[in-house]
Amino acid sequence: MKINSHIIKQHGIKTNEYKKIVKLIGRDPNMLELGIFSAMWNEHCSYKSSKKYLKTLPTKNDKVIQGPGENAGVIDIEDNDAIVFKIESHNHPSFIEPYQGAATGVGGILRDVFTMGARPIATLNSIHFGDPSHKKTKNLLNGVVSGIGGYGNCMGIPNLGGEVKFNSSYNENILVNAMAVGLVKKNKIFYSKAKGINKSVIYVGSKTGRDGIHGASMASAEFDENAEEKKPTVQVGDPFTEKLLLEACLELMKDDSIISIQDMGAAGLTSSSIEMSSKGNLGIEIDMNKVPCREENMTPYEMMLSESQERMLLILNDGKEESARKIFMRWGLDFSVIGKTTDTKILVLTFNDQVVANLPLSSLSTDAPLYDRKWKKNIELKKIDLPKKFQSENLSKSLKKILLSPNNSEKSWVWEQYDNTVMGDTIQIPGGDAGVVRIHGKNKAIAITVDSSTDYCLADPTSGGKQIVCEAWRNLISVGANPIAITNCLNFGNPEKEKVMGQFVETIDGIKQACQYLNFPVVSGNVSFYNETNNNSISPTPTIGGVGLIKNVNNMMTSNFKEVGNCIFIIGKTLGHLYQSEFFKEVIHFNDGPPPKVNLFNEKNNGYAVLDLISKNLVESVHDVSSGGILLSLVEMCIKGKIGANISMPKTNLNKHEYYFGEDQSRYIIEVKIAHVKKLEKFLAERSIFYEEIGKTQKDEIYMEKELKININELVELNTNWFKKFNT
Amino acid sequence: MKSSVIVFPGSNCDRDVAVALEKFKIKNHMVWHEESILPKSDLVVLPGGFSYGDYLRTGCIASKSKIINEVIKHSKNGGLILGICNGFQILIETGLLPGTLLRNKKLRFISKNVFLKVENVNNVFCKYYKEKNLIELPIAHNEGNYFANKYLIEKLEDLNLIAFKYCDREGKTENNSNPNGSSNNIAGILNENKNILGMMPHPERMIDPYLSGEDGSILFKSLFESLLK
Repeated sequence: MKINSHIIKQHGIKTNEYKKIVKLIGRDPNMLELGIFSAMWNEHCSYKSSKKYLKTLPTKNDKVIQGPGENAGVIDIEDNDAIVFKIESHNHPSFIEPYQGAATGVGGILRDVFTMGARPIATLNSIHFGDPSHKKTKNLLNGVVSGIGGYGNCMGIPNLGGEVKFNSSYNENILVNAMAVGLVKKNKIFYSKAKGINKSVIYVGSKTGRDGIHGASMASAEFDENAEEKKPTVQVGDPFTEKLLLEACLELMKDDSIISIQDMGAAGLTSSSIEMSSKGNLGIEIDMNKVPCREENMTPYEMMLSESQERMLLILNDGKEESARKIFMRWGLDFSVIGKTTDTKILVLTFNDQVVANLPLSSLSTDAPLYDRKWKKNIELKKIDLPKKFQSENLSKSLKKILLSPNNSEKSWVWEQYDNTVMGDTIQIPGGDAGVVRIHGKNKAIAITVDSSTDYCLADPTSGGKQIVCEAWRNLISVGANPIAITNCLNFGNPEKEKVMGQFVETIDGIKQACQYLNFPVVSGNVSFYNETNNNSISPTPTIGGVGLIKNVNNMMTSNFKEVGNCIFIIGKTLGHLYQSEFFKEVIHFNDGPPPKVNLFNEKNNGYAVLDLISKNLVESVHDVSSGGILLSLVEMCIKGKIGANISMPKTNLNKHEYYFGEDQSRYIIEVKIAHVKKLEKFLAERSIFYEEIGKTQKDEIYMEKELKININELVELNTNWFKKFNT
Repeated sequence: MKSSVIVFPGSNCDRDVAVALEKFKIKNHMVWHEESILPKSDLVVLPGGFSYGDYLRTGCIASKSKIINEVIKHSKNGGLILGICNGFQILIETGLLPGTLLRNKKLRFISKNVFLKVENVNNVFCKYYKEKNLIELPIAHNEGNYFANKYLIEKLEDLNLIAFKYCDREGKTENNSNPNGSSNNIAGILNENKNILGMMPHPERMIDPYLSGEDGSILFKSLFESLLK
């Protein structure tokens, strides 16, 4: 077929980009080569719009073993143990085909983790849907949740929850961000960089089919009303094969057979072979006749661009082929030597003894386009007037409204569809501030959280970016973990629009500031642009996955109130910030104004103070104050503990709505035994931490003089009601 | 006191149950499904998971594995067999236990802790539940809805072959404490000789007081004590 402008456009390649290709290789590419360029140069694989800014993020601290650039990030958790983790988006496929899209999202991120030699020990996800009343939402929610469960449950990896949110900005572009966490010995980490000439390149796993062709290019363009037609670009997952692949790979990794290994994820065989060889500064030759195919008469074009799941590419040491083959055969998987490494720095593909592609690797990696896109600063939000008469809203009714709202409802309908306890080391199941898994056979554990805050980021991306890193940090602190590092998934609209690019640039700046200050670096992640349909982009949504270490599992903390008669304290100053709060959004339907400001100094001090209180055994329960303010966080502690509270407002010049529903940052609620109060106050005073007492735990009901008197059972009922009704 | 845990492609609770057995001093072997010889064992465990990806029908393909012939022989000789979750499904498919396991009533995977009433404590698996017959264990399955015709259900009730029933925290076995639609709230059953137990809940996930509780430990302690004799 002759390449014309129509074909070039179909491949998502811009005219100037095509000119660059011709210049780089000194001729017109053939169809296969054009396909390969399309796979490598699209936004999803090349990070051409984001690289400039991603480079500014802090990626190191004394615990980081591997930062961005590998299949996943790696951190040190002592005793020769390391944690491998990453979050990735699977937004576009999940909107087109929710079950398979979400399932293969989980499958893909798990491969990223076990490619590095780690056994996955937990998964989490952040999923965002449109307005619950939108016609597609229910179907998408059901499909995504059962897809995540279908894949993860079969793999036998506990799901520790994450978040489920609704916002009309996702009506035509849902977000499915999946995170996986694995455990590896520090001296047994595997990397993707190829080494040595004339080494066998081996394909293992499933056969290659015609599914997912151009998946990565599809995820690098916006949708229109014909999005459904893109269904064939969605991959189909087989978790059973992935479980076999996991066991076979980990078995082979026990010795030193493998030089390097890379999973075939986005852009399949193309990106894996190119990344491995170009990282190693080598060349690679592949005989396409050797690629195991699921269907007959597949062309090299289809093989190179298929995103069939559950496949890996290995480069083995000399003489290890036969023992490796035996392992894969035993697990019933394909094993095929498809090529070898060379010193040419060229990618050569042959098919039926003909050279069908011949491209310098630099043209696909280092020479790929990089853009410094134009961007527009977000308009500085002026302090607008507070809406009228919000002070006359009844506190009790307002609380009930918030508890009943989709975003604040209890989400057990979702996470009860995920196996949370397989592997036998889950200490905190979903529903707390963070999930916690013990390191098998040891006395330590890791805490994991996934967070995002759409409205804050839309109102002010810099502030929102900062806030969301802090929220993840706070969630880890709340369970008694020392926060170590994060992975991020940056979901945005079309970066060719100055406004969207501005949101991206500013969000990154916010993330950077918080990560730097908190020594909480980014070790992995991905960027998902083009989340838009018919010109409407989603609200900017950075999702942060945080990981922390609990050195002694006995110091793990939970958020449920423990006993009647204990004191309840707020750590951190309440300033009464109501703009962008759940109270304004859900009760008086007011959506303007800036998000709460984050004071990084207070964040760090308050956080470390709480962590010390936990390790000194001075607190019985801890919960961070986030959306919904003090009152909602308090109610969550009551619901989880089935214990009430008698509260009153401390001396303040705020009105009660500002005090109880304000969403100021860097705050925690703690439960303290009366006998520990003196010690606690002394400790906090020494550290100059602001704190105040707001009441005591009591039996059965939450009570505030003249304002509130609600039984716990009623709170539970309200909080679980919405999901029950939405999905019968 | 020796046990064998059979590993099928797709088993994923094999390690967990091996950890539990070893914690309670039962010496365990992992046995690959393609083996044709079962090591000398007092107890064979068919673990939870998704053997063969649950394709065709849960437990169906695994029930045709090479090693299953040996497992059947073992049972005929009075050897003990414990099938948990997918293991229970396999036991049903091999015909070692009667009835069938349908998809959960609401057609959704269910993962949560449930309360169970131990209905029969006169067997080697449940002996020590005498002292505590209202327990809590996790379930995590898609096809745990036990179904059989009314004659079989009557027989199970009459011969006291129902080991566990789903109940509420007070021990009442009513409809609203039935998570998956099982007939008579059945969560686990014994064969007539009471040397085979199949159950949907996961005792191996409740063996650590720190993590979650010890209601599963009681089953492994019962087994250990029984095997001592």
